[in-house]
Amino acid sequence: MADSQVAGRSITELKDPLRPRFSWFTDRWIAISFLTPTMALLVFITVFPLVWSLYLSFTDWSVIRDANTAPTWIGTQNYADLLMNRRTWERFVVTGQFVVPSVTIELVLGFGIAMLLNRKFNGRGVIMTMLLIPMMLSPIVVALFWRFMMQGEGVLNYYVVNLFGSDPVLWLTDRWVAPWSLVLVDVWMWTPFMMLISLAGLSAVPKYLYEAAAVDRASGWFRFRHITLPMVAPLLLIAVIFRTMDAYKLFDQALVLTGGGPGRFTQTASLYLYDLAFGQFRTGEASALGYIMLIVIIALANLFIRALNSIKATE
Amino acid sequence: MTAQRQTLIQKIGFWFTLGLVIFFFMFPLYWIFVSSIKTRAEVISRVPTYIPFVQFQPTLDNYSAILVGGARESETGVRTSADLSEFRNRLVNSVIIAGASTALAVSLGTLTAYAISRFRIPAESDLMFFILSTRMLPPVVVLIPIFLLFSNLQLRDSYFGIVMLYTTVNLPFVVWMMKGFFDEIPVEYEEAAMIDGYSRLEAIWKIVIPEAIPAMAATAVFSAIVAWNEFVFVNLLNRTNANTVPPYLNSIIGVGAVEWGRLAAGSVVFVIPIVIFTFLVRNYLLRGVTFGAVRR
Repeated sequence: MADSQVAGRSITELKDPLRPRFSWFTDRWIAISFLTPTMALLVFITVFPLVWSLYLSFTDWSVIRDANTAPTWIGTQNYADLLMNRRTWERFVVTGQFVVPSVTIELVLGFGIAMLLNRKFNGRGVIMTMLLIPMMLSPIVVALFWRFMMQGEGVLNYYVVNLFGSDPVLWLTDRWVAPWSLVLVDVWMWTPFMMLISLAGLSAVPKYLYEAAAVDRASGWFRFRHITLPMVAPLLLIAVIFRTMDAYKLFDQALVLTGGGPGRFTQTASLYLYDLAFGQFRTGEASALGYIMLIVIIALANLFIRALNSIKATE
Repeated sequence: MTAQRQTLIQKIGFWFTLGLVIFFFMFPLYWIFVSSIKTRAEVISRVPTYIPFVQFQPTLDNYSAILVGGARESETGVRTSADLSEFRNRLVNSVIIAGASTALAVSLGTLTAYAISRFRIPAESDLMFFILSTRMLPPVVVLIPIFLLFSNLQLRDSYFGIVMLYTTVNLPFVVWMMKGFFDEIPVEYEEAAMIDGYSRLEAIWKIVIPEAIPAMAATAVFSAIVAWNEFVFVNLLNRTNANTVPPYLNSIIGVGAVEWGRLAAGSVVFVIPIVIFTFLVRNYLLRGVTFGAVRR
């Protein structure tokens, strides 16, 4: 009796085929309990605040002035004001003038570097990983590095003055130069991203296509135009959309580098929103601007999903 | 013979171009490092110097000032714009906050990803899109309501609040990454275990999780970097307590004479973990930066 009990116990501990532990925890309950915490957090910290700010965007509430009073409903007044105001449009133009050159240069440069790296050579792994470091850094730190180099007597101006004999460049305070300084910093930080994705695309092009082209004595340009580019294009599209959505949100870098200045020449939509909300405390209006920004990003996100689906379909 | 000569020219051209590329991307990093081991006079000297011991005598003063020393009067008598001893506290905060939020995000997100990967969930693709969309929002858009929410709930200036926030920020990423990985782990593993008498939970714990550990580690590294680098939210929400390094670095630059040497040292200390992590997850970088959308 005692023996069988001991044996019985040890079998249960090993594995009793008839009575697995936690068997009362059915798949249904597992699914529910695995999904709930994540969903709860997302709803509480993302969806709920969004709904709240949607409501605020229809009011003239200010976090400072009306801290203890209820918001006053003013309908679509905020949206009308913003859309009628030339300043709002200027902020979006500034954003666009940053996004388009940045993403274009990053794409061309990143793809070019990927073509360069797409071969075997000593130290390839280390060099590649090294080149990827910029995109892993905090935008704040990146902006600090560059601000250090771009200041009046910084290292960049030393070479501008001594090699080209020109006056020091006001990298961050000249109205024509400052927007391009932002582009330069973004290019430094995010070209590695384009490079990484381009490399993935390039390495996936089947070798036999090139071999076939070589047999046909196809020119280098022909191979690039008719084999490489079409094969890599879908991935590049993903990369471009990723970067566009990200660049559109530009905030930290611009804040540290120029703070929107000189004047408002580098004030992007995000910086403008921040200033409305926490500089001028026009909470309602800032919320409305947030929703305008959101509509633009949703359009971009839709592009992203469509591109992704079309790529999945061709794979 | 001609072919060989051409390859030599090509080789030179290749290494020259690659050298330029490496120079462009590495110069700022090297410059900040070299500045961090310079004396105050050397940092602001007009002629740039690059080679320690040869062009200038390196010093670890900046590092000892931010890591060991308290608030110091600088040699010239100019008070520094921010209290230097604060850096240490911020570093500890950064570690606590990034660590806690990553642990939470990875554990919750992994479970969710498992459920979505293995069970039949109604409107699964809509659910995945919803989860992704919360991450695509411009941070400044959610900044206002989060600020009000945290103010009302007294979550500002607390570790708990910012940890929950970063957890939420990283959850979509973890779910997408881990779902991709779980989809690649054959269902047969668990099914075999369950036929052998394991319950589902046991099969997850003993079969699936060990299989997913490398993926979880890579995902954790990416999440930790996001939390480590975040600036906008923590800068606004945690003004007096539980604040991290990025707002500190930004605040030094804002006021008065900038102590670039100290700032450079702080940046180097802050950036070293990221460089190490980047090398650790190099094989997962592609997946990591595209939310698992690109897997090759």
